[in-house]
Amino acid sequence: MKRNHLRIAAPAAMLALALGLSACGAANESDGGNAASGDSVSGTLNGAGSTAQEAAVAAWKKEFQTANPDSTVNYDPVGSGGGREQFIAGGVAFAGSDAYLEDDEVTAAKEQCKSDVVEVPVYVSPIAVIFKLDGVDELNLSPKTIGAIFEGEITSWDDAAIKADNPDAKLPGTKITAVHRSDDSGTTKNFTDYLDKASEGGWTGGVVETWPVKGGEAAEGTSGVVAAVSGGNGTIGYADESQAGDLGRAKVKVGKDFTEPTPDAAAKVLDTAAPVDGRDATDIAVDVDRKTTEAGVYPIVLVSYQVACQTYGDKAKAELVKSWLTYVASEHGQAAAASSAGSAPLSGDFAGKVQAAIETIKAA
Amino acid sequence: MTNTLTPRSHGAGPVDVQHELYGAQLPSWAAKAVLGTAVVVAGILYLLGTNLVLASLVVFVLGLALPLWSLVVEGSRKATDRLVTTLVTSAFALAMFPLVSILWTVISKGTKVLSAEFFTYSMRNVVGEGGGIYQALVGTLLITGAAAVISVPIGIFAAIYLVEYADGNRLARWIRFLVDVMTGIPSIVAGLFAYALFVVFFGEGVRMGIGGSVALSVLMIPVLVRSTEEMLKLVPNELREAAYALGVPKWRTVAKVVLPTALAGIVTGITLAVARVIGETAPLLIIAGATDSVNFNLFEGRMATLPVFAYQSVRSPGVPPEFSIDRAWGAALTLLLIVMLLNLIARLVSYFFSPKGER
Amino acid sequence: MTSTLAPRKRSTVVRAGDRVFAGLSTGAGLLILLTLAGVAAFLTIEGIPGILANPDEVKSGQSFWPYVWPLVYGTLIAATVALILATPVAIGVALYISHYSPRRLGQSLGYLVDLLAAVPSVVYGLWGIQFLAPHMVPVYEWLDKHAGFIPFFAGPASATGRTIMTACIVLAVMILPIMTAICREIFLQTPRLHEEAALALGATRWEMARLAIFPYARSGIVSAAMLGLGRALGETLAVAMVLSVTAGTVTANLISSTNPSTIAANIALSFGEASGRTVNVLIASGLVLFVITFLVNFAARAVVDRRKDFSGAN
Repeated sequence: MKRNHLRIAAPAAMLALALGLSACGAANESDGGNAASGDSVSGTLNGAGSTAQEAAVAAWKKEFQTANPDSTVNYDPVGSGGGREQFIAGGVAFAGSDAYLEDDEVTAAKEQCKSDVVEVPVYVSPIAVIFKLDGVDELNLSPKTIGAIFEGEITSWDDAAIKADNPDAKLPGTKITAVHRSDDSGTTKNFTDYLDKASEGGWTGGVVETWPVKGGEAAEGTSGVVAAVSGGNGTIGYADESQAGDLGRAKVKVGKDFTEPTPDAAAKVLDTAAPVDGRDATDIAVDVDRKTTEAGVYPIVLVSYQVACQTYGDKAKAELVKSWLTYVASEHGQAAAASSAGSAPLSGDFAGKVQAAIETIKAA
Repeated sequence: MTNTLTPRSHGAGPVDVQHELYGAQLPSWAAKAVLGTAVVVAGILYLLGTNLVLASLVVFVLGLALPLWSLVVEGSRKATDRLVTTLVTSAFALAMFPLVSILWTVISKGTKVLSAEFFTYSMRNVVGEGGGIYQALVGTLLITGAAAVISVPIGIFAAIYLVEYADGNRLARWIRFLVDVMTGIPSIVAGLFAYALFVVFFGEGVRMGIGGSVALSVLMIPVLVRSTEEMLKLVPNELREAAYALGVPKWRTVAKVVLPTALAGIVTGITLAVARVIGETAPLLIIAGATDSVNFNLFEGRMATLPVFAYQSVRSPGVPPEFSIDRAWGAALTLLLIVMLLNLIARLVSYFFSPKGER
Repeated sequence: MTSTLAPRKRSTVVRAGDRVFAGLSTGAGLLILLTLAGVAAFLTIEGIPGILANPDEVKSGQSFWPYVWPLVYGTLIAATVALILATPVAIGVALYISHYSPRRLGQSLGYLVDLLAAVPSVVYGLWGIQFLAPHMVPVYEWLDKHAGFIPFFAGPASATGRTIMTACIVLAVMILPIMTAICREIFLQTPRLHEEAALALGATRWEMARLAIFPYARSGIVSAAMLGLGRALGETLAVAMVLSVTAGTVTANLISSTNPSTIAANIALSFGEASGRTVNVLIASGLVLFVITFLVNFAARAVVDRRKDFSGAN
């Protein structure tokens, strides 16, 4: 008897549970509709790409979806390469990428868009050289020394090259453990780009996404590098400045001075950057001047782009993409990213150029 | 159960009779005494600053005193038995150490964030503190549920085929072998496969919950088939033969005799299979994507899931990172709670629906 | 279903229900074959261009086999060591829960172990980095100093403990729950009569286990080990997080910070930033993993099939 009741009751209870759950939305999500004012856009905007932008995108999403309650923005942090590929294949409306599109990628993207491509740098983040060494809180390093450390040429903290950069510091004879990213990443690419251009032969690995040098310690993702550096003694690594926590950040030699990795110092990089040759007006791809000698500029930065089409077949979609990018590049959006992801806000003239490019997005 | 079966020394009996029956024995407190001494010694060493690993090793080495003692008093057979008991118990302690440590980490870090808001809010428009995992909870339940709906019938019927119908023919041998091979498909490959499959039907950039279910099914089916098959094989042939002898058709024999007899094992297998896939991250990241908002539709759009949510929260925590990382632990704990609940249901099911047998 | 319409013959006892049931079961079996064929076809079609790719078309700048060989090596080392660590412990734990511990305690312990099967890889990864690796550093240093003559422990010992040995331990811990759970269920299914007969003949508990439980559970134990191996071979995120990898390493050294990666972890680490032919190369490495699993299972199956005297249905 009892068993027969249960036989029916159990599945029924599960069904009820499932239905009960599916009946209501999240407590903080309204069904929308009422707040839609005249100029707000609606719809679902899908993007994919760079993991570096993820924290910033979260902040942008919040503000954007609050201002446009009927819109939903999804961003898959699949990696820059994946983002570019999906954008070119037409899978997503915009891509986030830590590197600007290659020439053949631009061609392919134009074909998919049936129009020009809008490519704008929206996320500039300083990459700090982080270290942990008992008894040492401040460290100055010249590009050549950094290159040699990561190359594995300098293996001890009391090496003459490091002493030359830090005449006043008391450096112990601890072994250096250099930590790099084990996953392919834009951070590695920008860091090795800096070493390649600025280290005057201290670094011979070239500009790569995958760490090229054997030896040293590898860790997955920014959080992995930070964890590995914090976990050891005599460790040094590179990571987004905002995620470095209470680790020591080396000052890097620019010109004659040593510059600290701050968002402000990183933002100045774009003013000294050179536009890439042969690109359309809407394609604001830049090559950062890593060898800059200008005081107060921090040259180890990650410049991350968002890529979209200039025209979209669907008017609503074009409006959505345009207002998203407009917000992202706006002063407001850049400030939101700065406070929640520690990025460097776009400044003055450059921001104007970016906005002008975004303005050209329209329905076909 | 073994307690009732192993001979025990009866302290009160005349000594010579006992010896005649059992031979020389260690006193009943021997095992406890040795273990106690070992733990105390290791504890002191640990307090004196010895490495935890080394201290555990000391417990183990001292634990070996028991079989040696037994060898002297009781002879080699008993000594082997004691040695194995020591080894089995040590294996258990060894395994419990990391498992408990992981469980403890998840629980201690996860309980901090658990609150009504955490379970009822989504992450839509949340940056920094607050927010919740409702969207991921819904996604995980729906995607895993759908995966179970796809896999359980396939898995159980395939196992029935293997055990009851195939008679060890060539096809069955192949299926059995290929199921084993399937267990080795890396989860990320299952995700890529599901993505490739769905792109064929829905075009580039497809993201839907059901795709995640398909990927999870690819991972889940082999576990189900293997465990169900083992359980069915363990049903004594006498039961089947008895049923046939009574003129019961084969399918009724399977449905009414074999399956119920193996039910407890099968249900455990299902729970295990679900537990195996509910924590998968890589395939869901590819095909189900991620979103901050709640999505109830398996067939349309991105769906958040708990493991992906935890992964992303750890990977890009934003500034400051604490809140996001706390939420990741909370999500991991929620996964554990779900599996706990599933286990409970599984146990109830086998308790109420299994035939009452000797066990 | 509709097959009730099938004509019944008097002479045979094949009934409609039987046909439906047999059909469903066979169908399920065939569906599995189809799925696997699908996965294999997908891997092959997408992978072949990767195997044939020119060195200058892919990011690693190497042709396929030199690129994939260190990964295969790393995968095999990691999975083998993990399995060697986990199998005896899993059998021990299962035996403890099923036959040694007090009944009630055994059940709750089994419950605890089942729970752990659901912990997401991220958590194992974090545990590996934050807890296990730092605790293993002194062990590695000790091994380096005192057992350095064995190639496995040649050193120099890693300063952060994020070695392939640590990854193996994390993998072993990850596969422990599922292996234990399956072994436990099988041990519990050993016919009570066999056990009691053994004990009645004067066997000690161990002899009972050896004579009654193990022969009965052999095929199940191998299944459990294969499931564990499958998970160990295919685990991505936990290995990726814990292991400090250097591309192209082939070394027997288990305790240094220069380690070979595993195929699955390498896919996870490289897939995000891959494009074009590089994607094909990664998928081709997945195909290689698939083939490895195939071969390993083939060997295991051959071993089990030689002795299946005790299983109930066969």
